[in-house]
Amino acid sequence: MQLTKEITFSKQEIERYSRHLIIPEFNIEGQRKLKAARVLVVGSGGLGSPLLQYLAAAGVGTIGIVDYDVVDETNLQRQVLFGLESVGKAKVEEAKKRILSLNPHIKVKTYNTLLSSENALDIIRDYDVVADGTDNFPTRYLVNDACVLLDKVNVYASIFRFEGQVSVFNYVDEQGRRGPNYRDLFPAPPPPGLVPSCAEGGVIGVLPGIIGSLQALEVLKVVSGVGEPLSGRLFLFDALNFETRILKVHPDPANPLTGANPTQTELIDYVQFCGVPHEEKEHDEGPAVKSITVQKLKARLDAGEDLQIIDVREPHEYEIVNIGAALIPLGQIREQAGAIARDKPVVLHCRSGVRSAKAIRQLEEAFGFTNLYNLQGGILAYAKEIDPALPVY
Amino acid sequence: MAKIIIPTPLRKFTANQASFESPKASVAEAIGELTAAYPDLRRHLLGDDGKLRPFIKVYVGEEDIKVLEGEQTPVGEQTLISIIPAIAGG
Repeated sequence: MQLTKEITFSKQEIERYSRHLIIPEFNIEGQRKLKAARVLVVGSGGLGSPLLQYLAAAGVGTIGIVDYDVVDETNLQRQVLFGLESVGKAKVEEAKKRILSLNPHIKVKTYNTLLSSENALDIIRDYDVVADGTDNFPTRYLVNDACVLLDKVNVYASIFRFEGQVSVFNYVDEQGRRGPNYRDLFPAPPPPGLVPSCAEGGVIGVLPGIIGSLQALEVLKVVSGVGEPLSGRLFLFDALNFETRILKVHPDPANPLTGANPTQTELIDYVQFCGVPHEEKEHDEGPAVKSITVQKLKARLDAGEDLQIIDVREPHEYEIVNIGAALIPLGQIREQAGAIARDKPVVLHCRSGVRSAKAIRQLEEAFGFTNLYNLQGGILAYAKEIDPALPVY
Repeated sequence: MAKIIIPTPLRKFTANQASFESPKASVAEAIGELTAAYPDLRRHLLGDDGKLRPFIKVYVGEEDIKVLEGEQTPVGEQTLISIIPAIAGG
């Protein structure tokens, strides 16, 4: 970090930051540290939205933004950095535009790329603190490991449905004691599919605003040296019953980076580590089942063929959009197998095709069905290829 | 009775119950009772060896059981047992 003595402020900056400058514990020295700081925000989505806006407004001098995505309409329910006019545009550029309009006295650098083992060290090296607001396990471990290898503080937050977690990893206190990192908390990721992403499982719109704001606050504390950062502690928020808890995080002697016998000195293949074969692919591990494309289904229906179509999604998903199929959620497919025809072709579908494949395997194994076909790409493909008037989710 | 707090991602295996009360005397026994009541939960908490899986943390009060007595950590009337899963949404 730049020597804070060299940091000066214009009249406009003094006026802008005056509510910081009059806090006795923070004062102009805290503001100098913010201006000298270089903070990298990984992910400019739900958490990135409050993070970037508050870090910019507070006067963090250099902000880096990493994201490879474009703004989608489904983002707008929580990603308040973006407006309708942002849809279809690169998130990093839209975010940059927004935060520079909030505060033109800062520098913003964008990385319109997927953070990977190949580029992470080069990108993170130029920053003092990383704020991890990504949305998947491989990147969580990648950011953690890169921060440990480069000796950077990792301000962590994550969200799911109604729950949020915040902690500060790899923080070295005034006595030189290094705090725990993500691998001390969670040595290994869950298998793919067990913990759905926000895209699959949903997240309540305000939650990233709350959790990302706490994350921004911890960044400001780490950078300014004011207060006691959330190092060695994990903050939990359950919005459903408004419960908060703070739990202790201890170093794990088996941590491959910082444990008693470290074995890892470089970044690894995190996609493999997390068992995610392909990013796009959902978690369908079983043997192949017979399938049908949406085009062929449409053609057979148009030809008047007698088919049964079964939707194995949940009722709340059916409410969002359906193609008039009979609803039998995956969890009830065995009990309701009697309602499934044996004398004609039956097409099963879900959102993208994974659950319906599971349903077919269950039905074939348990009841010997031979007339079941999985709709490739599910209702998403049907909406895209056949009936664009259908909403997607 | 010790109270086990079920995190959101696992509530689909507990018929949406957010907590579970157990009169048992240790973390292992209380979790055993929980997974007996909700068998679908078992494979998400415990591996084939019956041990807690590495992406699941269990806390008694504010303390990680790994620095207490692990799964044999005693629990009492007022003990709050928290199951903390890794989540990654952003």
